[in-house]
Amino acid sequence: MGLALALEEQGIPTVPISTHVFARLAKATSLAAGMPTARNCFVPQPVVGRTASELRAYIEGADPVSRRPFMQEVLEGLTQPLTDEDLKGATFERSTPRLLEPDTEDNLRQLFIEQNWTDFLPIVLPTEERVEAMLRGTSQAADRIVGRLRPTSFREAWEFDIEKVAVNAVMAGARPEYLPVILAMAASGISARSSSTTSWASISVVNGPIREEIGMNSGVGALGPYNHANATIGRAYCLLSQNLQGGSVPGDTYMGTLGNNWNYTACFAEAEERSPWSPLHVDHGFRPTDSTVSVFFGGWYTHSGFGPRETWKEKFIRCLTATDHFSPPLIVMDPLVARAFVDLGYSKQSLIEWCAENARLPARQYWDDQWITTLIKPHAVAGVEPFASRWKAAPDEMISIFRPEDINIVVTGGETQGAFKMISGRYPARRPGAEPIGLIDVWR
Amino acid sequence: MAGKITVLDPRGYPPKVVGKRLANRVESLDGKVLYLIDCLFDNADVFMEQLRLWFAEHLPAVETRIIRPRESWVDDPDMRARIAADGHAAIIGVGL
Repeated sequence: MGLALALEEQGIPTVPISTHVFARLAKATSLAAGMPTARNCFVPQPVVGRTASELRAYIEGADPVSRRPFMQEVLEGLTQPLTDEDLKGATFERSTPRLLEPDTEDNLRQLFIEQNWTDFLPIVLPTEERVEAMLRGTSQAADRIVGRLRPTSFREAWEFDIEKVAVNAVMAGARPEYLPVILAMAASGISARSSSTTSWASISVVNGPIREEIGMNSGVGALGPYNHANATIGRAYCLLSQNLQGGSVPGDTYMGTLGNNWNYTACFAEAEERSPWSPLHVDHGFRPTDSTVSVFFGGWYTHSGFGPRETWKEKFIRCLTATDHFSPPLIVMDPLVARAFVDLGYSKQSLIEWCAENARLPARQYWDDQWITTLIKPHAVAGVEPFASRWKAAPDEMISIFRPEDINIVVTGGETQGAFKMISGRYPARRPGAEPIGLIDVWR
Repeated sequence: MAGKITVLDPRGYPPKVVGKRLANRVESLDGKVLYLIDCLFDNADVFMEQLRLWFAEHLPAVETRIIRPRESWVDDPDMRARIAADGHAAIIGVGL
């Protein structure tokens, strides 16, 4: 869509084609780009998995949105003279007020629900007093710009300041002392409400001294609803993502087909003191005394197991190869599991390297994937390694599906069982010269 | 005002929208170069090939060229420059 609008700006009449379920999104994207009359055309959903003859029938059939012949829509979109509206586009300012009109609590709660500003669980209404109290959780000015968020890469990004983050933190039920963690999440630029059709979530891991300072749980039930800080920090990140990026409304700013239960809350702390290994943030270049939050973009799949038992290698290989390999695993293990791996002679890094070495699939299985084809194949065809070698492999040749740097291990849990999970989660890439993502201390 | 309270708006700040005009349309596609942009989503290549065949059968005077960006989801200024250099119109798809 963005590409089509950019071509229009370059003087090339362009018709973007989408499947019909994206009609509202296409209209909203065109409007936000100042070209509300862009000539969007639509074919039925799905295109994926359809044969050539079925796709030809789409072309020779009707546009399911306009109900007119599809090719007539396309040809008119490229040749029909422009109207006055086409020539001027749409210019307008949008604003969000600082304060809403005064009303009763009941009416305001209803307003927040109707405007899709909640997750449909009860919220704390963000009164001036509550927001002011929340802002005492940071020494930074309330009007300092924190960052920008958007539902997906081709949508417009909305900006926000510290006060706006504090408003959402209040709504989530967070306490002021949690605010620096929430600000670091908001500043990551990663939305916990991605609109991708793959129903992503963002899973956050807190490291460093702040875990103890704010009483986070890294013991029994670490990933569950058993701690105020874990629960409300994660919820605040989810609420701020949807509200500060311009919404997360199905069919408009949210297209995840299944949805994701980790879109309610997904934040936990590492049990650094009970882990035999270096903590996650130190693995990524931070000092042990830094407080950080690592935002993993994923949550698409989860595999679980126990061990390491006698056949742990077979179990790990089954889990690793059952992943959707466009999203590498974040391996979350109880301290009992980590220590047992140490007893088997593994360091964290050697276990990661073992996983990367042994996560292998026949090439035809690797490439027979919608998102591997969409996201990875262009790099492979362009010669970018290791994808190019995977692309050149014969169909039955076994190929590695992850690099060691794709895989992360976090130790947490209450030691009531030797359990582990492999959760879809990609650690954020740091751009050269950019500030590190996730440093909490700069928001204190 | 009895019983009423004031709360803050939880939304971020949207950017200003600046209107942009559409490109001039071509009177006819006959004899023109029409780029068919395969946006690299799964099966978009098959769709674009069918579109190319449709033009070959129904509007053979249109010169169609299939082209692909360097990767999906991101802009490709080089590809746009190639289209702008010798193209007259474009169709891009299929966006999911």
